[in-house]
Amino acid sequence: MESLPTFETAKKLGLLAEEFEKIKEILGRSPNFTELSIFSVMWSEHCSYKNSIVWLKKLPKESPKMLAKAGEENAGLIDIGDGLACCFKIESHNHPSALEPYQGAATGVGGINRDIFTMGARPIAQLNSLRFGNLDLEKTKWHLRGVVKGIGDYGNAFGVPTVGGEVYFDDCYNTNPLVNAFSAGIVKVGKTASAIAYGVGNPVFIVGSATGKDGIHGATFASEDITEKSNEKLPAVQVGDPFQEKLLLEATLEVIESGHLIGIQDMGAAGIICSTSEMSAKGKAGMIIDLDKVPMRQTNMKPFEILLSESQERMLIVAKKGTEKKVQAIFDKWDLNCQQIGEVTDTQRLHFYMHGELVADVPADDLVLGGGAPVYHREYREPAYFQEFKKFSIDQIAEPTENELVSIAKFLLAQPIIASKAWIYEQYDSMVGTANTSTNQPSDAAIVNVKGTRKNLVITVDCNSRYVLADPEIGTQIAVSEAARNVVCSGGEAVAITNNLNFGNPYNPEVYWQFVGAIMGMKKACEKFGTPVTGGNVSFYNQNSNTTQAKTQVGVDNAIYPTPTIGMLGILEDWANKMTLDFKKEEDLIYQIGKFENCISSSEYLYAYKKVKKSPAPAFNLDYEHKVQETIKELIKLKIIESAHDCSEGGLFVTLAESAMHRGLGFDIQTVSGFRKDAFLFGEAQSRVVVSVKPDQKIAFENFLNSKTDFCYLGKVSKNDFVVDGKLFLNSQEAKTLYQNTLPKALD
Amino acid sequence: MKYGVVVFPGSNCDDDMIFTLSDVMQQPAVKLWHKDTDLQNCDFIFLPGGFSYGDYLRCGAIARFSPIMESVVAHGKKGGYVMGICNGFQILVESGLLDGALLRNDNRKYVCKNVFLKTVTSKTALTHSLDSQKAYQIPMAHGEGRYYASADTLKKLHDNDQILFKYCDSEGKITENSNPNGSLENIAGICNQGRNVFGMMPHPERAAQEMFGNTDGRPFFEALIA
Repeated sequence: MESLPTFETAKKLGLLAEEFEKIKEILGRSPNFTELSIFSVMWSEHCSYKNSIVWLKKLPKESPKMLAKAGEENAGLIDIGDGLACCFKIESHNHPSALEPYQGAATGVGGINRDIFTMGARPIAQLNSLRFGNLDLEKTKWHLRGVVKGIGDYGNAFGVPTVGGEVYFDDCYNTNPLVNAFSAGIVKVGKTASAIAYGVGNPVFIVGSATGKDGIHGATFASEDITEKSNEKLPAVQVGDPFQEKLLLEATLEVIESGHLIGIQDMGAAGIICSTSEMSAKGKAGMIIDLDKVPMRQTNMKPFEILLSESQERMLIVAKKGTEKKVQAIFDKWDLNCQQIGEVTDTQRLHFYMHGELVADVPADDLVLGGGAPVYHREYREPAYFQEFKKFSIDQIAEPTENELVSIAKFLLAQPIIASKAWIYEQYDSMVGTANTSTNQPSDAAIVNVKGTRKNLVITVDCNSRYVLADPEIGTQIAVSEAARNVVCSGGEAVAITNNLNFGNPYNPEVYWQFVGAIMGMKKACEKFGTPVTGGNVSFYNQNSNTTQAKTQVGVDNAIYPTPTIGMLGILEDWANKMTLDFKKEEDLIYQIGKFENCISSSEYLYAYKKVKKSPAPAFNLDYEHKVQETIKELIKLKIIESAHDCSEGGLFVTLAESAMHRGLGFDIQTVSGFRKDAFLFGEAQSRVVVSVKPDQKIAFENFLNSKTDFCYLGKVSKNDFVVDGKLFLNSQEAKTLYQNTLPKALD
Repeated sequence: MKYGVVVFPGSNCDDDMIFTLSDVMQQPAVKLWHKDTDLQNCDFIFLPGGFSYGDYLRCGAIARFSPIMESVVAHGKKGGYVMGICNGFQILVESGLLDGALLRNDNRKYVCKNVFLKTVTSKTALTHSLDSQKAYQIPMAHGEGRYYASADTLKKLHDNDQILFKYCDSEGKITENSNPNGSLENIAGICNQGRNVFGMMPHPERAAQEMFGNTDGRPFFEALIA
């Protein structure tokens, strides 16, 4: 008989003293090592949301369109009309990608897609939100090349198009890159599968890939800081096989369609133990599982290794008794493992056997979120930097000369966060599925057709973490608003969001203050836009504890900037009514909807060109933002604008350049007196959209807007040159060269 | 004509081909399962794009051994129509129905983007009605599409007028810069000597609907149907 583990062991597994006591109380005895491992992963932040759930519950979760409550199923489910639903979610794979970028990102893509098809939905679009460190660093290039190849190799072979995304670079991500993967799928209403187990005697199967020793304690690893020793945790990173995933997708959809299932759950974090406990807890059932029957990739695996393994491309299914052979036949057709490993009981406990011996006996409900998993109210405190940032005034920056404005414009077009991301997205198959309408006609959000209908999903991922750092509440309101603005500028109606909350260590009260602020900002903005939060993912511990590295960045410790990424779903009923971002024709009139501000706060111009890293969030008012978006919606419906593109990083000048470059056109505009030219051209004050209008629509357009909201005539679309106040800044070809060369130059 | 689209494990453009043939072009089209050998009386067999068997060894190298391929090869050798797009082209080359090889792109990356194609021979069922002066904008999406053939094979392709398409620029000029993957002589597609087996790397089915803002791929299907 092995001796029972002590608190020392529990601590090594990431458990707190109080948690160890609680486990003993739940079991009525001391846990053995297998049981202790079970609790340590199930109670990790990654699985239990113990440090975040109190606040997550404050987010708006109601909408008549919502078919599944947040957190109830593997992903959010939204009614999109005509008997169809969209299942969508975003999830992080940050920690694995920091250590092994290729596999970390690849398995992130695999994991999020399983979340979608485990509900019976066929994925039709993927996006990703990526953050990397300083592009001048070799380590950043290694991260970037690996992550992009990992996403590409996995997503391309899996056969679902990658239709959009965002990429930012900042020193704060040097050690901790972020890889947030989004997927959306379509399912008929009423045909979804659920992650539930019930019915005594119903068979439990494991299907898909064999189980190996990869990814053990991955969930625990994701719940701690990255240190110099993190490389020793490489076995905690999983390995992906997109071919198996593609087969698993087809077989899973077929078996769900067959009607033989009670429930199904993909195996992601914490593997078998997570699926068995969550499905059992949900159905108030238990399971008896024989671990000897699990198909294994290697010999001599210990019970805890089998239970915790995060080997990819696996599912746990509970079928109706009597359908075993029919279920087996479906997986045989796709040449996949399908092995019965146990059955459902009414004990509400999980009994795991190996070599005929009971190796773990735990109550299912006590392991899971909403059951016995711990819930913590963490302490939070406003960091000193917050007030310091607010002291910034535009007067501290001398107004640039006309020639300097030209230099700034050129500088910004070539900045990594603004420059073309073609080097990245050309490695992703954006067209498989023949449904992405945005490849040749880009919009602010991706527009993906729902096969066999004229209906479309309008999807975007957004977060400028610099704004969130400066003011978590306002910055997160901006993230939600920008996502909604992108949907609206594409002709869509925003319906719901999923979120990926990337933060530092939650035990640091200043980090937690950022988290709380972000939640409150998200709540307010989501309420304003009527977009409930359907689910998502929390990723804490995105900071490094490297003692050898001096603190070089602003913000809190060595934590990343708070990055609450918003994945927003919108609907566009007919693809023929979509709006695109490019100027169409010379002589078309250019307007800005929204108002100018003398604001350069948190702009790329101030941060990267002037190297002033401490300034507040840019000018923003939620009600005003909403008003601007309502106006844009009406303009698109009335068909009196030719293009719409929102102002974001780089300000008005970059927005104009992006609209012009697509067709090699130019623009000739005048600035407005009363505003500093740097703020006018490069400021990032929010709630602004650049539109173009045919000359013969001028009166209709202006008459409509006069009673609505602020707008300003800027000038005309021109043949080729970018001209401001009569001065030639550069031409479209020169701009394109600057815009397109940055990433290839750094990475090829 | 009845069309059959082979589904290998890992095929991922099979649904796109079926949709293009049946919904867009209004033609009868069925899926053919890789474990079967029955071609279900199809006249024209498509091998679609994707990553058959994961393409972990060499693209198309495993797929050629699947049961359905025996029937496809026999069909092609009898003079029946067979066309491979992307992974399908790779499989046709591996199975010997078409000459040459498809190697890793010269930039060593998977590339998905629009490219332009110019028709070289008009004497095939696929190209007879295409405009030989036009640069057709067709998307490509592959990591291993660099066409290669020995000098003898290349001479044979020329002598028999077997080159279907070459990569060109938007003006129709066949230049080094318009070659996206390092293919020999910018070759993007070829046919066999019997002119009944076609292979091309780019995807015309991805440019056959108005909603994509590019319908340059449609004439490729119209040519087959006419």
